[in-house]
Amino acid sequence: MSGKDVFYQGNEACAEGALYAGCRFFAGYPITPSTEVAEFLARRLPTVGGAFIQMEDEIAAMAAIIGASLVGKKSLTSTSGPGFSLKMENLGFACLTEVPCVIVNVMRGGPSTGLPTGPSQSDVMQARWGTHGDHPAIALAPDSVQEIFTETVRAFNISERLRTPVILLTDEIIGHMRERITIPPEGELEIWERPRPTVPPDQYKPYDISEGIIPPMADFGSGYRYHVTGLNHDETGFPTNNPSLVQPEEERLMAKVTENLDLIQKYEYFEKPKARIGIVSFGSSARSSRAAIRMAEEEGIKVDFLRLITLWPFPTDAAVQMADKVDMIIVPEMNLGQMIEEVQRSIAGKAETVGVNRVDGDPITPTQILDRIREVA
Amino acid sequence: MAFNYAEYIRPGKLPHIWCPGCAHGTVMKSIIRAIDRVGLEKDRTVIVSGIGCASRMPGYVDFNTLHTTHGRSLPFSTGVKLADPGLNVIAVAGDGDALAIGGNHFIHTCRRNIDITLIVFNNNIYGMTGGQFSPTTPHGKLASTTPYGNPDYAFDVVELAMGAGASYVSRSTAYHAIPLERQIADGINHKGFSVIDALCTCPTTYGRRNKLGSAVDMIGWFKDNTVGIKAAGKLPPEKVEGKILTGVFRKEEKPEYCDEYAKIIEKTGGRS
Repeated sequence: MSGKDVFYQGNEACAEGALYAGCRFFAGYPITPSTEVAEFLARRLPTVGGAFIQMEDEIAAMAAIIGASLVGKKSLTSTSGPGFSLKMENLGFACLTEVPCVIVNVMRGGPSTGLPTGPSQSDVMQARWGTHGDHPAIALAPDSVQEIFTETVRAFNISERLRTPVILLTDEIIGHMRERITIPPEGELEIWERPRPTVPPDQYKPYDISEGIIPPMADFGSGYRYHVTGLNHDETGFPTNNPSLVQPEEERLMAKVTENLDLIQKYEYFEKPKARIGIVSFGSSARSSRAAIRMAEEEGIKVDFLRLITLWPFPTDAAVQMADKVDMIIVPEMNLGQMIEEVQRSIAGKAETVGVNRVDGDPITPTQILDRIREVA
Repeated sequence: MAFNYAEYIRPGKLPHIWCPGCAHGTVMKSIIRAIDRVGLEKDRTVIVSGIGCASRMPGYVDFNTLHTTHGRSLPFSTGVKLADPGLNVIAVAGDGDALAIGGNHFIHTCRRNIDITLIVFNNNIYGMTGGQFSPTTPHGKLASTTPYGNPDYAFDVVELAMGAGASYVSRSTAYHAIPLERQIADGINHKGFSVIDALCTCPTTYGRRNKLGSAVDMIGWFKDNTVGIKAAGKLPPEKVEGKILTGVFRKEEKPEYCDEYAKIIEKTGGRS
């Protein structure tokens, strides 16, 4: 069975991908340039028996999706820079209580109100460390409308399987750009569900890890009465400040990610024979990078390309693979140098690095990247 | 026969964290009796709270319980309720939690008229953090952050809820534990957003600083300084002057949010 071809905006593809993944609850607050995700789901969710609600603010929207997820509904919210900042506290709540949910941040210029209609990739570090305390972070960064669809599905899958929030980082360019995409027929993409308890309610412990580090999660209202708290808690879900319980709890939250890198990390490595220069990029800057690499090749300069689809956990091994081969790694990103620091940390001096950075509200152009390639060639 | 609270209290979770003389336990007992009176099924009941002394209550009771972030009990509750409108959702919050950091959620949940019952444990102070003034600390009163008297003015929870459009609004006190129980039961039975302003006391961080006497004196103050709104209409004005009105201030039938959303699902051909 073939899929259905549509001419979609990135934000619409995100919303369609969410429905495909089984999302049945959306709570949001209007904010440019992400609002189309909400508008699309306001139309479509009731038609599949789901629920859409526009909340009084960004904080409330984040709270509502966690509440809905506890009842067993796959839940989504979408936002942009300032709204992403407001979601941080409850994002941390979802990390600690291990409630699956997906947050879309269509990045725009910042800080503060910044450039509401201008593209940006400046929330890379906020996606990793935005909420307070140590916490796991997963962020996916598609670079096309089709990939926004598939990565949204993957975001839900990972979130459900690992019981942790997943952030989809897009930007104003790919969020608003229109491309023809194929919506795969039902069943073509795998859909994962959260682990649910198999023990009877009287034996259920919400954070029991005897069967593995992802504890089964019962739906509120299904007969498994339990307690959920943003305080550090023991396996029964009740608060504890016992150091011998808190330390392993915090380490396990991180281990859910670090022990499942194969499940989460996704990237493309395009290798050219004997290339001495490499580019690491993501999102809409990866599109410009691809064009710049073609242009450089016409001039006889070979450039390797690592396109990151997963930003967090950072695909360290892929960066090292590149650094082992090339002398210079160029990192184009629409910020003043965030991902480049992670590249540097990963490669530990095995290659030189240089950025191509832009925060003026215009995209990084292929020519800008080509200029940098020529400089270092 | 004495009421059997044990059926609703989680084994091993008492003693609670509340100070000696705190009235929160009295309000919790009124909530438990109200739930019993209405006959809510434990498995189908969710109790949600934010942060603070009152917000520790869900940990003690045997339902689906959710202790969230400061001020956010209502938006979490909204997500739970809209995701499964068949669940009974009760939110509990202190005055700071409900009206300061959660003030925006409070007014919008009133406006939205979603079928959630909110009990505000209103003791005029931030107790857990040690006695800072709250949005219901009266003008002039002392708190750790108003050492020269409170320059702010207090919210009236009932007026605020009514102004914001809540369809059930009532007030009682920890002294009036039985009327409070009846109001909570009434609020749970009411289809729509219900706000119950439960006046209670914090002898430790508010009473002591303001020389309001013992825990018993503070509870007794409610007896002498409240008038039921029905009685108030029949009394001469001087008997009502300066008193706090209690009772049911509004009980209005109007379309409830989840019911309205179910109509949208039906209209668009969706299956709920």
